[in-house]
Amino acid sequence: MSPSIGSLPPKYRVTVDRDQCMLCGRCVENCAYGAFRIDGDRIRTNSRVCTACHRCVAYCPRDAIDVSERPLDYRSHPVWTRGVREAIYNQARTGKIVLSGMGNALDYPMIFDRLVLDACQVTNPSIDPLREPMELRTHLGKKPQRLDLRKKDDGEVELLTELSPNLSLETPIMIGHMSYGAISLNAQLAMAKAVSAAGTFMGTGEGGLPEPLRPYQGHMIVQVASGRFGVDIDYLERGAAIEIKIGQGAKPGIGGHLPGEKVNAAISKTRMIPEGSDAISPAPHHDIYSIEDLAQLVRSLKEATEWKKPVFVKIAAVHNVAAIAAGIARSSADAVVIDGFRGGTGAAPRVFRDHVGIPVEAAVAAVDAKLRNQGIRNEVSIIASGGIRESTDVVKIIALGADAVYIGTAALVALGCRVCGNCYRGLCPWGIATQRQDLVDRLDPEAGGVQVANLIHGWTLELMDLMGAAGINSIESLRGNRDRLRSYMIDQALMDVLDVKSVGA
Amino acid sequence: MDELVIDAAGMHYTPLNKQIRAAVAAGVKRIRLDNVLGQRFIANGVRGDVAIEIHGVPGGDLGMFMSGPRLEVYGNAEHAPGNTMDEGEIVVHGSAGDAVGHSMRGGRIFVQGPIGYRGGIHMKQYEEKRPVLVIGEYARAFLGEYMAGGTVLVLALHGGPAIAERGLGSGIHGGEIVLRGGIDPQYLGVGAKEIPLSDDDWARVLSLIREFARHFGIDPAPLEKREEYTRIVPASARPFANKYAWE
Repeated sequence: MSPSIGSLPPKYRVTVDRDQCMLCGRCVENCAYGAFRIDGDRIRTNSRVCTACHRCVAYCPRDAIDVSERPLDYRSHPVWTRGVREAIYNQARTGKIVLSGMGNALDYPMIFDRLVLDACQVTNPSIDPLREPMELRTHLGKKPQRLDLRKKDDGEVELLTELSPNLSLETPIMIGHMSYGAISLNAQLAMAKAVSAAGTFMGTGEGGLPEPLRPYQGHMIVQVASGRFGVDIDYLERGAAIEIKIGQGAKPGIGGHLPGEKVNAAISKTRMIPEGSDAISPAPHHDIYSIEDLAQLVRSLKEATEWKKPVFVKIAAVHNVAAIAAGIARSSADAVVIDGFRGGTGAAPRVFRDHVGIPVEAAVAAVDAKLRNQGIRNEVSIIASGGIRESTDVVKIIALGADAVYIGTAALVALGCRVCGNCYRGLCPWGIATQRQDLVDRLDPEAGGVQVANLIHGWTLELMDLMGAAGINSIESLRGNRDRLRSYMIDQALMDVLDVKSVGA
Repeated sequence: MDELVIDAAGMHYTPLNKQIRAAVAAGVKRIRLDNVLGQRFIANGVRGDVAIEIHGVPGGDLGMFMSGPRLEVYGNAEHAPGNTMDEGEIVVHGSAGDAVGHSMRGGRIFVQGPIGYRGGIHMKQYEEKRPVLVIGEYARAFLGEYMAGGTVLVLALHGGPAIAERGLGSGIHGGEIVLRGGIDPQYLGVGAKEIPLSDDDWARVLSLIREFARHFGIDPAPLEKREEYTRIVPASARPFANKYAWE
């Protein structure tokens, strides 16, 4: 039997300008995929293995390397795109589900980019954050419906209401859950240093808490997912908060699977599973088959940690997200994380990544409205994640009702990631999505930590400027403040969901 | 103090657990809880060397995240006793609900009667930790699904089959399920296969049978017939290896 499909055109072409090249060999050293080799007095390339990660381009001292995309494309066709055709070739060969890396790759309209922000002119003055205080501190967790106070005999006022533990963030930007295993220890360390410096938090993912991260545990949110990997009482007590992961925006409704070959000695230790064994996270938590069961797990985690820690629940943004979030708000959870369909991942079935779930903008607006309508918005904070790319996305999603955001891909890009989407290969030349020690060593946690902290700092400054321009001096006044948004070329139905007026209105 | 007795009648689980924690911190080695009626989370996340006798019916997630204590229940247990347990022992003189020993990594659970659905689901093992779940009578569907380690043993003391429902060991990729009285192959889940016990397996199972008999004061001799037992193990350590292809 001889296959009739043949080889497909390479995705990229790598060329080396021989006039510029000085044969230093840095491209050969840096490419983890083997696209370069020295052959006498020239560098030869193998374009077929290139992933366009740009490691070679970044480290060539002479700018001698060029990577072009789709040098030989298929006949163009709006329906039978390259992606569609190649998925068919793949499945005709293998008969399997196609897995891919990074987030949603379909060209859906970006709601964020159809929303514009407001600024003060004449009738109310804008605020200059340089000369006036700008309050960005954000408290995540339950807020009491009312406060009971008592005046003591000496005139002092005593608070009788028992307050729930909250997380206090200096800026409403956190880093979401990316596990040790999916990413390297150095990548996690860099981000841990950054969030500690910035006064914010990051998630551990479902990979346990590696020992070198323990000095930063006060800024870590520990995750409990359906595989319960690395979860014991010690782990729960170390975290600043605990997050139950029900779903993920990149692949709503399905579980996760770390293949045995990635479970090396160190990862085996933090996940608490034997070396080389598959780490399978089932699609549901098998102790949660109802909203009552979820409430039981939330309370169980609180009881085990003596009600000292906020417990978050993360769900993927799906059609009935508002009703689901309303259920979560009644489960004793302190925050609900809404992960939109643009959320990134190391690996997800292509059909899930591209077609399942809804955008975070619509989901957050719907959840915020539902919780307010039911009078329980104070019961949970809303954390938005999945496709937050820059500070304006942060401002817009907070104006749509979020309390804070998780970033993921953006933090990795700050570490050098070029969004090549080959995370699942385990050969990340930037030392991020890999466990190969020589590649991991390329990422300096100190320098990486500064870069990620710089990103958070830069966004925070932009946040203050954007708020000041809109005449707002406190993040609390921005939250759910849809009047600071206008929609540009969004249809009426979506405007109704977002509760945002049109430009000009 | 020799033994602390707590009357749990009408008590909420949080103050109950507070008392247990305080006693353990003070070095109490034996605690007896009387009139327990549906209190969830008893001994959740409790560490250390303490034996807790529970008289009545504890609620869900008994001993969840527990690391060390020994719980003996004189009554039935509810949903998920031993959930994500790390170390310790739970002995139930009665039946237990769904998801018994869910995701447990270490420790031992002995249930005298039957258990509900999804028993031993996603049990795992790590280094010296090998969790054990022994069921005196029978289990409902989906026993030992996604198992990644440890031992589930069902003794079928009620005289019927150990399990007669579907989904036994679906997705199992580590550990073993040992059944007395065999299994109708139609109930085997995807990725599970039936094999006979080796001498080593039998030695391990025999010691669990004797331990079970000791806990419940029964004579182990009628249970010690090796030919009555069968063993369910993973057909492959990679149940999903053939499902996916990379882009």
